[in-house]
Amino acid sequence: MKNRALFIYALGYLAFLYVPVLFLPIFSFNNSQFIAFPLTGFTTRWYAGLGADAAMQHALGNSLKVGLVTALLSTMLGLTAAKAVTQYRLRGAAAMLGFISLPLFIPDIVLGISLLLLLGLLNLPLSLASVVVGHMLVCVPFSITVLIARFEGFDRNLEEASADLGESGWMTFWRVTAPLMMPGILASLLLTFITSFDEFLVAYFLSGTEATLPIYIWGQLRFPERLPTVLALGAIILTVSVALVIAAEMLRNLGVKKPMVGA
Amino acid sequence: MAGTGGNSRTGYALLSPTLAVMGLALAAPLLLLAVTSLKSQAGIGFADGWTLAQYGEVLGRSSYRILFARSVGISAAVTLVTLLLAYPMAYFVAFHARHKFAWLIALTIPFWTSYLLRVFAWKIILGYGGVINSGLLRLHLIDQPLSMLLYNPFAVVVTLAHAWAAFAILPIYVSLEKIDRSLLEAASDLGDGAVRRFLRITLPLSMPGVIGAAILIFVPTTGDYVTPSLVGGPAGSMIANMIEVQFNRVGNWPLGAALALVSMVLVAVIAGLFVTAARAAAKAAR
Repeated sequence: MKNRALFIYALGYLAFLYVPVLFLPIFSFNNSQFIAFPLTGFTTRWYAGLGADAAMQHALGNSLKVGLVTALLSTMLGLTAAKAVTQYRLRGAAAMLGFISLPLFIPDIVLGISLLLLLGLLNLPLSLASVVVGHMLVCVPFSITVLIARFEGFDRNLEEASADLGESGWMTFWRVTAPLMMPGILASLLLTFITSFDEFLVAYFLSGTEATLPIYIWGQLRFPERLPTVLALGAIILTVSVALVIAAEMLRNLGVKKPMVGA
Repeated sequence: MAGTGGNSRTGYALLSPTLAVMGLALAAPLLLLAVTSLKSQAGIGFADGWTLAQYGEVLGRSSYRILFARSVGISAAVTLVTLLLAYPMAYFVAFHARHKFAWLIALTIPFWTSYLLRVFAWKIILGYGGVINSGLLRLHLIDQPLSMLLYNPFAVVVTLAHAWAAFAILPIYVSLEKIDRSLLEAASDLGDGAVRRFLRITLPLSMPGVIGAAILIFVPTTGDYVTPSLVGGPAGSMIANMIEVQFNRVGNWPLGAALALVSMVLVAVIAGLFVTAARAAAKAAR
């Protein structure tokens, strides 16, 4: 049967996606410094090592900060822009939306170095703030994509009712629009947070001396003896991200019959 | 949808913060990149006056041309391989899977591991003392580790095809899902076999997703830095590696800027040509 062949292909494809990723947790519990088969025994010492790693914890703190601020700012900008293009008839809306989505079509390295040049010209120091700006470039298009999909299934009559009952524009926005949009907003927050949390190249150029977690990991990859610890970290990130992503996907699909849009 | 309610001034006001931020963080830096590429490095600053010397260097030197050609070639291969592998998968989920949502979640989960570590995983697999080599040694299929697995363009293609799979699956899935099922029934009723029906209805109608996925993969992979650095070796290094060298090590920012601009334009032109050609082909096939 054709279906059967497709099903087997799908399982094979899943294996292709999962097997490389599963090596991370497998070797993170392996009692050997060398990342090679055969496995030599079970240990949790690489995880214990993480607890004593101050540089890693500092980088983790930085990434959480950057991710949180990026997620909030990107989602705010995404929310207002998505509302503007879906609910108002604006001349040039397509062109403006195209401009905002431009970072999707520009390699990250170009985004990173151009911002680096601008900061140099303005004599601004490299910092976590500059990383946030760089990450917003990457995240705002994602946020808009998620939120536009949400707005398109949105009943404008509710807003009009609110206006008819005497609420001002902003009060309507906060008391009617925002709560109705909440699942979309939360999904956007989670997606942009995870995107920022995982972003390496832009941060690599813009972070200066303050490492984010990917930059810290990048630095560790050069030292073979540090690898098992890095894999333990990777396994933890995987577990937490999976939990967050499942939450995000459930929220995004809550009440929206549309399938997932984009990536 | 835009109805009577909103006046356009409110709409522009809502859009303006986003436009302002993107203007400041995207348009201004890109402009500056162009300006910088017309300078030349003098010590830690730029020399006075304007020059096209960087472009002469970028376009004239064969080593850069090889790097551009390799970057585009690797990305094109990655795009093709990823699309070919992902299409049947997306097709399965859209038309035959019983728990679509579960499949979609299962397909996206691996992509939320750290990108760096996902790429690094392939170094564990392909490396000299890696999974494949230690496996083959134990099975006595080889008596020395193979060194040809890692540090070449092939390793870069495999790694990127794995790393970007979700960007192919999801857009293709969405476009397949949108296809009106009654069209398929009509084709069958009119006597099309499964293959003919696929070629005449399903494939052309899913082309927007395929084209979108191709762009989503081709553009960023051409500028990828992590993968060629970790698994590419000298033979698999790409344009982003050279840009990074010019900015961080050599300190020749104008040359780095010119390399970045040329690669950005190159990618945009190729992507544009591809979209035009693919759309024309999809139309002709219908």
